Amino acid sequence: MEDGPVRILVPVGSLGAGVREEELRYGLAQGAQAIATDAGSTDSGAAYLALGKSKNDRSSVKRDLALLMKAGAEAGIPVIVGTCGQAGGDRNLDWTRDIALEIAAELGLKPKIALLYSEQDKAVLKAKNAAGKIRPLPPLGPLDDATIEACDHIVAAMGAEPYIAALREGADLILGGRTTDTAVIGCFALWRGAHAAATWHAAKVAECGAQCTVNTGDGAGVLISIGAEGFEVEPLSASNRCSPHSVSAHMLYENSNPFRLTEPGGVLDVTESIYTAVDERTVRVTGSRWEPQPYTMKLEGAAAGRFQTIMLIGIQDPEVLSRLDEFHDKLLHALYQRTRRTIGEAAGDFHISLRLYGWNAVSGDTPAPGTPAPREVGVLFIATADTQAMATQIANTCNAYFFHFPLVRDKELPSYGFAFTPAEVERGPIYEFKLNHVVETEDPLELVRTTWIDLSEEGTAHADR
Amino acid sequence: MPTVKDVCRHVRSKNAGPFWVTFDLFFDGEASFAKYAEAPALGPQLFERLFGADPAFVQRYPVASLNMVKISYARTEPQGGMVERDMHRGQQYVRLLDVELD
Repeated sequence: MEDGPVRILVPVGSLGAGVREEELRYGLAQGAQAIATDAGSTDSGAAYLALGKSKNDRSSVKRDLALLMKAGAEAGIPVIVGTCGQAGGDRNLDWTRDIALEIAAELGLKPKIALLYSEQDKAVLKAKNAAGKIRPLPPLGPLDDATIEACDHIVAAMGAEPYIAALREGADLILGGRTTDTAVIGCFALWRGAHAAATWHAAKVAECGAQCTVNTGDGAGVLISIGAEGFEVEPLSASNRCSPHSVSAHMLYENSNPFRLTEPGGVLDVTESIYTAVDERTVRVTGSRWEPQPYTMKLEGAAAGRFQTIMLIGIQDPEVLSRLDEFHDKLLHALYQRTRRTIGEAAGDFHISLRLYGWNAVSGDTPAPGTPAPREVGVLFIATADTQAMATQIANTCNAYFFHFPLVRDKELPSYGFAFTPAEVERGPIYEFKLNHVVETEDPLELVRTTWIDLSEEGTAHADR
Repeated sequence: MPTVKDVCRHVRSKNAGPFWVTFDLFFDGEASFAKYAEAPALGPQLFERLFGADPAFVQRYPVASLNMVKISYARTEPQGGMVERDMHRGQQYVRLLDVELD
């Protein structure tokens, strides 16, 4: 590797979350050689992959990306963004590409842009599956063609290699589809020949920006410096600091195993890692290990399922509040009976759920006897059916029962509090992840498509390869 | 009899990808870590009872350097599915707080 550490500026945990200009200035002044961040996660659910849309709104993403592109152009260093548009599907990436082109035109920038697509063709995956090249990760079982077919969009999480190939070709801006967070942040250092284990570990620590610092609310980003034997990490905010504890604890975050992290071409093992304070705000980490393994890419597939319509009421009636579990069971029974009698077979395999917010909506369990009654509860009604129209028909059929269900029969009918008219809200389909599998590839680029938009050439010539 | 909240300074829960849930129990010091990180009361059966987890898919990792234990289990229902109540699983830790440890 070249002389001295490789410095990567990680400006923010996720593009659109709020890059700070003064932090960019600090990182560049420290000699950052690349700017890298991811722009998504599976954490917010499958809707964003199934629909091909971003969670962060367009103006937030544009603001952050504009700051990064401007800083990258001024410093003459590459800007690398992975998992574009929250889910990293082709549509999510194209949405981000269009924002980048708009920024370039507005700011008069002329970057050479690499677009790395990793959405997968179903026929290709079926062939891979038939050849025994796809295997499940627990808790799921072997993959069948019907599950592949059921997905609206499938992506494979890229490793660092497609990014390294784009850097080698001179990319100024890389926009990637679904990628492991660590590969996005580590690719530049790996390209420069930095210590593999230190790079992967540094990238894991920096993946959520300032999340690995002592005061996670102070600032957005971090700077990682990867040397021959380890790495150092410091916050980009002058008033914040990293401690051995804050850095080592980040390995726990959203990770089922705190010691081992599987990546496309190997496993990072931090069991023997040593975290030491270099000064009051910088931490050095050594002793991490990297175990190369046969190359695999993790598949994520999302699909829209059945449809839901919801209604909401608030209850303050002390009698009902003192007997909430009984009320829940009686009401639910009445709603099922009402739907079966009124709609009959046409309702299909429907489902009704009542969630008592203020009582047990989040846990779904039964509070211990003697639990004091709340002052009020919100009751969310959720009908699930094969079509939106049927879910709404069920809601409408249940409407009068839901709003006026008496705890005891011989009293005047109550009216519970509801805030909207019409009372029902069509929520659209349920979105679920269907895949938790890895696919073996011939090489790291086999399932990746790279497209170039070179704005530095005359006009806006598109050079595909 | 001490409960989880008596011997931990911080407890949290979160998704670890769409198919796993992970709990981080940060003990209040070395002594509590040594005494409770491997406690049978925090075994797979607890997660079966509280969350309906399959005991075969419950993993426990004590991390001595941080005086904490990480416990992860495989979700029984898909994230965001029909019966979802906590998309990030960020509130699930609360049910651990009153678990008795001896």
